[in-house]
Amino acid sequence: MAQPQGLLYSKEHEWANVDGGVATVGITEYAQNSLGDIVFVELPKVGAKVEQGANVGVVESVKAVSDLFTPIGGEVVEVNGTLEDDPGLVNREPFAGGWMFKVKVADLEPQRANLLNAAAYEQFVAESEH
Amino acid sequence: MYTPHTARDIEEMLAVVGAPSLDDLARVPAGIALKVKLDLPQATPEIDLIRRFQQLAHRNDGAGYRQFLGAGAYRHYIPPVLGALAMRGEFLTAYTPYQAEVSQGSLQAIYEWQTYICQLTGLDVANASVYDGATALAEAAIMAINATGKHTLLISRAVHPNYRAVLNTYAGGLDARVEEIAAAASGTTDWAQLSERLAQPDVAAVIVQSPNFFGNVDTPDSVVQEAIKAAGAVLIGVVAEALSLAVLQPPAAWGAGIAVGEAQSFGVALAYGGPYVGFIAAAKEHLRRLPGRLAGKSTDAQGRPAYVLTLQAREQHIRRERATSNICTNQAHCALLATMYLAAVGNSGLRAIATENLRRSRQLATTVANVPGFRLAHQEPFFNELVVRVPGRAADVLTVLEQHGILGGVDLGRWYPEYADALLMTATELTTDEDIDALSAALKEVASSAAAV
Amino acid sequence: MPLPSSSATPLLFEQGQPGRATPYVVSSASARSFLPREVLRDDLELPDLSELEMVRHFTRLSQKNFGIDLGFYPLGSCTMKHNPKVNDAAAALPGFSDLHPYTPDHLAQGALQVMWELERALSSLFGMAAFSLNPSAGAQAELTALLISKAYFRQRGDSARTTVIVPDTAHGTNPASAAMVGYKVVSLKSKENGRVDPEAMRQAVGPNTAVCMLTNPNTLGLFEDEIATIAKIVHEAGGLMYYDGANANALMGITRPGDMGFDLMHINTHKTFTIPHGGGGAGHGPVGVAAHLVEFLPTPLVVRDGPEGRTTPAHAFRLDFERPLSVGPVRSFWSNFAHAVRALAYIYANGADGLRRVSQLAVLNANYLRVKIAEFLSVPYDELCRHEFVASAQDLKHETGVRALDLAKGLLDEGYMAPTIYFPLIVPECLMIEPTETETKETLDAFVETLRALVARAQSDPQTLLDAPQRTPVGRIDETRAARQPDLRWMPPSSGANER
Repeated sequence: MAQPQGLLYSKEHEWANVDGGVATVGITEYAQNSLGDIVFVELPKVGAKVEQGANVGVVESVKAVSDLFTPIGGEVVEVNGTLEDDPGLVNREPFAGGWMFKVKVADLEPQRANLLNAAAYEQFVAESEH
Repeated sequence: MYTPHTARDIEEMLAVVGAPSLDDLARVPAGIALKVKLDLPQATPEIDLIRRFQQLAHRNDGAGYRQFLGAGAYRHYIPPVLGALAMRGEFLTAYTPYQAEVSQGSLQAIYEWQTYICQLTGLDVANASVYDGATALAEAAIMAINATGKHTLLISRAVHPNYRAVLNTYAGGLDARVEEIAAAASGTTDWAQLSERLAQPDVAAVIVQSPNFFGNVDTPDSVVQEAIKAAGAVLIGVVAEALSLAVLQPPAAWGAGIAVGEAQSFGVALAYGGPYVGFIAAAKEHLRRLPGRLAGKSTDAQGRPAYVLTLQAREQHIRRERATSNICTNQAHCALLATMYLAAVGNSGLRAIATENLRRSRQLATTVANVPGFRLAHQEPFFNELVVRVPGRAADVLTVLEQHGILGGVDLGRWYPEYADALLMTATELTTDEDIDALSAALKEVASSAAAV
Repeated sequence: MPLPSSSATPLLFEQGQPGRATPYVVSSASARSFLPREVLRDDLELPDLSELEMVRHFTRLSQKNFGIDLGFYPLGSCTMKHNPKVNDAAAALPGFSDLHPYTPDHLAQGALQVMWELERALSSLFGMAAFSLNPSAGAQAELTALLISKAYFRQRGDSARTTVIVPDTAHGTNPASAAMVGYKVVSLKSKENGRVDPEAMRQAVGPNTAVCMLTNPNTLGLFEDEIATIAKIVHEAGGLMYYDGANANALMGITRPGDMGFDLMHINTHKTFTIPHGGGGAGHGPVGVAAHLVEFLPTPLVVRDGPEGRTTPAHAFRLDFERPLSVGPVRSFWSNFAHAVRALAYIYANGADGLRRVSQLAVLNANYLRVKIAEFLSVPYDELCRHEFVASAQDLKHETGVRALDLAKGLLDEGYMAPTIYFPLIVPECLMIEPTETETKETLDAFVETLRALVARAQSDPQTLLDAPQRTPVGRIDETRAARQPDLRWMPPSSGANER
């Protein structure tokens, strides 16, 4: 499957969209598809300082549960409150309305090395399916 | 026994499997094969079996005595209709309702239990039950620790001593600190001391019981409730005698965010301590931290109403080491009995039975207080239990009462040195005038011999 | 008239009329005459039903439930064997059921003797020094055992031991229990043949190893032949071996956890010893220990005072609370005593030889099913199994789109309980089948033919299985809706929307 361009991806299937020093974070189409119907998302607290790769929350589907890691470190400045009432948004629009939280990025460049671009992530997904 | 195989069955089946004998089929490496003769009774035919257990049951003289025992386990009337229904094999021999399509009976009953527990406690959500009152408290403490990120548990010394002890056992596995708050001479929590202790920064929960272990209504006033809230702590309300909820203000009304307790009083036999049935109810915000099973209402493929275990991603079989608790088995059959009990007695019956408990326990209080040398340790309000100061040691008084075929109460000195001369006595709707007359006569004998010394 | 089971049953709260309930007591008094107004409540509105309304309600609910008493229940790992009715009769004797837990020991000698005899029987049967009958279920027994291990290491001043090793076939409860006592979990990958690899164990153990939790036979139904070697490796590293007794129905009178090298164990009497499951409890999970761990068992312990040998009137039983190194109590009162009565009655009924035969026939029934089912469904570890085995619908899914779940739902339509599915996790599209020893050859044969027909139908008409079940009180349930919009209690209509 084609992955949206211009985003950064983690091997834990999160994406980050960095814009003006703030990264918006969510999980990928591949992740939502493997989890199935998502019923609950536990998000970090606004104001929390998180390191890249830290476990910041949980995504629950009917029959599975998965830790949520942040692909980018920094300070959590906003969380997507809509998901509390409508967690299915993550299934329907993983890259848009289903975003999870925003991080004020401390220092992007060193973090970039641990992340993938769209093409590399696409290849990673293709490999892990076999 | 209970194996249906004929010799021919075994022969045919071994042939299919390709094993020469049963011994060969089930063989294990020689090094670990059983080498000793097991120290077990001989196989016993059913008639001898039931006779053997009748003899053992007969050696429990205490079961037939006049009882004034309570302290977390209560002798109440159990309508025969409960046994007739609950012993149906469809309920009794079913597993946990994972295959919901053929478990709608169990699931709807759990949903009804959850509703009853919410109504009785005044809180928003309840789970499908836990082992008993003490473990319900321990699980609630874990919820509070997870909810607040703090680790100190303040527990009133007027909470059932066994519950406190179990909390300490569980805390031994957790990163938690349990601190006790004194019970005042009035037989209620020392609220002033609690307010002082709330000043420390790490309080996850305040734990109080009402009616407390001494039988007294013991709830925080609005000022203390506010202080608990301001400290960022969760108030856990314990109810060891569920019947009291028929007439007393529920935990939600006195500020509890989580209510736990024991529902044995609702149709579950005393049975020397178990199985009983614990409950946990909580405010909505704690829903996802509730341990154990939850039944929810949904619809089936044709849109018909249907019940199913839900929010299972909290549970051990999916979350494994990240689960809210390791609990799997709950007390479904005891919860079913309790649900049936509440359905049988109804609103009017539950109130009437609770009121009868109030009446009988006051009859008990008046009778005991009229015997010279005996006095009530505390004042109203209480539910169906009371503390009585006796002349001399409580244990000696109990011994005399036993000689009259009476179990006169629980010796409080076992847990509270300051109550070494006190009994915790209970009366319920099953207490009769004859019971109280017999007790009165026996106590007078104690009083006269005490006076003679 | 439709069968009650096929129509919705109104909730209790939607039935009855105020004042209709059976009067069990007539209390002329009002609560207001005894208690101050501010402690009283008057918000409670529970339904008042006539006894007949209530009887019909629960009878109808029972007709929507499936139990062992109705049909074959091959639920792997759960040992759903017949629950003899004489056990319930014994537990219901008034001398037991009316006995208060605070009855003085000398007036409860019969009950204490039941507990003592069960404790001794379990210790002998499983090769342990002593058992505690306290834990209320297997999960609580695991927690208790891990607390015992913590206390043991603490007493030895060995604070580095914080890791629990579990194989990847383990029950999910094992890691959850470990987390509750603050232990970290290391998962051990199984060998090709579905067993624990002693080499991998050698690599996994170390100075931080606290406990290794295993079940034998494992959750694939396979016997760990190298168990003695594995135990030696763990012991040499200073760790303790814990036996998860979920699968003990395969080994009574054949081998004992104590002889295999286990230091701690639990037994689910609601599996092996015929306690009814009751729709999910109450269970009963006695925990057993080797001699070096007895002093850490929870309180109280039942003890017998008097000489060794047969119990005589000169012996006295009592609850022992004075155990300074104990982890403490784990429940409100001493034990799920009524279940102790049932378990002891079952042991009496069988005796030592009978229990050995129980395990042998459990193994026979499982192997018989395995061989027959392998004719039409893949059996990944097709070798001699113990009391249960796993089949896989992976090939069937690739060919027809019919999954293990669909076969399970098809079985419900045919009047069978489904096997355990999707566990253990290492076998895809897993069906875990445990027939138990109480089933007849005729029942097993009929089950095989039903399953064979379902697999054939998966080839010819898969849609009917994807749509199953059709003949059950309700069809497949929308679990997503149940989880996204939790409706966990009835609310009075006046309150508006139901609880969210």
